[in-house]
Amino acid sequence: MSRTLARRPIAVPAVAAVAALALSACAGTSEAATSGGTSASAATSVADFGTFADLEKAAKAEGQLNVIALPHDWANYGEIISLFSQRYPDITVNEQSPDASSAEEIQAAKTNEGLDTAPDVFDLGLSVTLQNTDRFAPYKVQTWADVPDTLKDPSGLFVGDYGGYMSIGYDSSKFPAPTSLEDLLTPAYKGAVALNGDPTQAGAAFAAVGMATVQSGGTLDDFQPGIDFFSSLQKAGNLLKVDVTTSTVASGETPVVFDWDYLNAAHRKDNPNWKVVVFDGTGYAGYYNQAINKTAPHPAAARLWQEFLYSDEVQNLWLKGGARPARMAAMTTAGTIDATLAAALPKAPADTVVPTEAQSKAAGTLLGQKWATAVQ
Amino acid sequence: MTVVTTAGVDAAASASTPARRGSWSWLGLVPFAAYVLLFLALPSVLAVASGFFDRRGAFTWDNITALGDPLIVETFANSAGLSLLTAVIGALAGALVCYAMLGLHPEGLVRSAVDAAAGVLAQFGGVMLAFAFIATIGLQGVVRLFLLDAFGIDIFANGTWLYDLPGLVLPYIYFQIPLMVITFMPALSALRPQWAEATLTLGGSRRAFWSYVGIPVLAPSFFASLLLLFANAFSSYATAAALASQGAEIVPLRIRSALTSETVLGRENLAGALALGMIVVVGIVMFVYSAVQRRAARWYQA
Repeated sequence: MSRTLARRPIAVPAVAAVAALALSACAGTSEAATSGGTSASAATSVADFGTFADLEKAAKAEGQLNVIALPHDWANYGEIISLFSQRYPDITVNEQSPDASSAEEIQAAKTNEGLDTAPDVFDLGLSVTLQNTDRFAPYKVQTWADVPDTLKDPSGLFVGDYGGYMSIGYDSSKFPAPTSLEDLLTPAYKGAVALNGDPTQAGAAFAAVGMATVQSGGTLDDFQPGIDFFSSLQKAGNLLKVDVTTSTVASGETPVVFDWDYLNAAHRKDNPNWKVVVFDGTGYAGYYNQAINKTAPHPAAARLWQEFLYSDEVQNLWLKGGARPARMAAMTTAGTIDATLAAALPKAPADTVVPTEAQSKAAGTLLGQKWATAVQ
Repeated sequence: MTVVTTAGVDAAASASTPARRGSWSWLGLVPFAAYVLLFLALPSVLAVASGFFDRRGAFTWDNITALGDPLIVETFANSAGLSLLTAVIGALAGALVCYAMLGLHPEGLVRSAVDAAAGVLAQFGGVMLAFAFIATIGLQGVVRLFLLDAFGIDIFANGTWLYDLPGLVLPYIYFQIPLMVITFMPALSALRPQWAEATLTLGGSRRAFWSYVGIPVLAPSFFASLLLLFANAFSSYATAAALASQGAEIVPLRIRSALTSETVLGRENLAGALALGMIVVVGIVMFVYSAVQRRAARWYQA
């Protein structure tokens, strides 16, 4: 089974939920003291190391960085990881289970706790993030102020990293451009429309149902209209139950796909005719989050990785992968964003919605009860 | 996929010889016993136990009562239905293959080849099998495209069934038939030609031989193999996981979704309860299997 693109959870901004988070003061344990005096695992900013050069030095001394669940074809992570390795040849990046889900990232941290194989950093959807804040170490990168408040935990336990809109990707050489959900119900798309995973399991598919809900005139309080849409899609014989991966798109097995716009954008590499559409009207957006494992075996390297990800250069690399980086607004104002790449993104719809934690929980329960029968 | 072949027969046979006192022969069993304990018994106990606790580690019946949820009952029914269907088809087809092979010389080329192929194919499950089907009769599969281009036949005219519950039937039969061949062949070979000769000598017809001797003697073995095939399909996971992506329609897929879901959180312990449900079903099946097998074993003893 390929879970390559099904791994992602829903991102929820949920400002209220973020504010409600209890800050667990991070008691640093052991490890070499930084030149700033605190241990690397207790450092909450570069200042605790001294200078950025001191952070680099401490990370190089550790010599390793464990990352988990970062597929190379996901938001351009392949290029991001190789740039890191190139810049810091002394730090070996150990990539674990690239196809794991957000929930599995946390499980890996639990089962490997205390071992030097435990993940140092996480890249998680917000519902998994919010449930596991006691596993994170607070840390604020140098560019912290640039990230909008709605995307981050005020104490630095986690920060939004990149996001996008739910979109339809399709092979334009075989199918007409869909302009609305209803188009997908027509015979032109017979047996062709696939989801990236099962919505009771994978965040991207969950978001597809959410998008179908708001596009059908519903609200995120009740995902039923979205479920009904996929039920009609199944009855029309248009729903294709193949899990979407880069290879199913390349082989033409899944020619019309519901997925995040940055993941759909990545398929252009395999199929030059691949086009991405974000429907007008209400768009469904989601962001992922960075967090540092509280018991990271390589605490300094973990923090260096964060600084690296939030640098102008890497934010533009995410943009190159078709994702919208967290610092995009600030970088647009500062003129440091890559304008060509920004212009190539699908146009943002007039309205944007993101479910709150309560809404996604209710939707999850509803999907658990209704989904299997709806698509039978 | 678990395959239990004639182990039951050997055990039944050796049980009749009393163990010699003071023998150290049991020592030989220690590594295997330790292995089974560590890698089968312990994980099973841990998994099942998890079904009795909630996320915080407090005892609860919630996960067990959740097994009565109509959706979960339906999932078990789907699993059982699929397993039964493929077991019956596999058993009948496999038995016919065995019968056909009976006429061949046991050491002959064809029979050895079929035996060897069955041994390999019975284990040919999981992702490889799913991929083989996707590559041949999948949406972009060679056979499917050939049929479409050359004859205009669209095997998916009524929907892409391969990626749904019905789509599992074909791949499952693919490993069920060979499994039937390797489990049923020994029973069929045990039918002595002398019995047929005796029937004929006493004036019985060929038909009388089968209805009074052949089928009654083979029935327990056939039924035991059928049960084995059922358990085999029931516990199969990887093939389904690689083929069907929506709806988690069979129990092993439902367990996966409870364990790894990132949209419906906090159901990890339900997986333990589901595992318990599966163990109960397979346990009953294997109990009946060993009872039937004991009866069947009578005819193997020389």
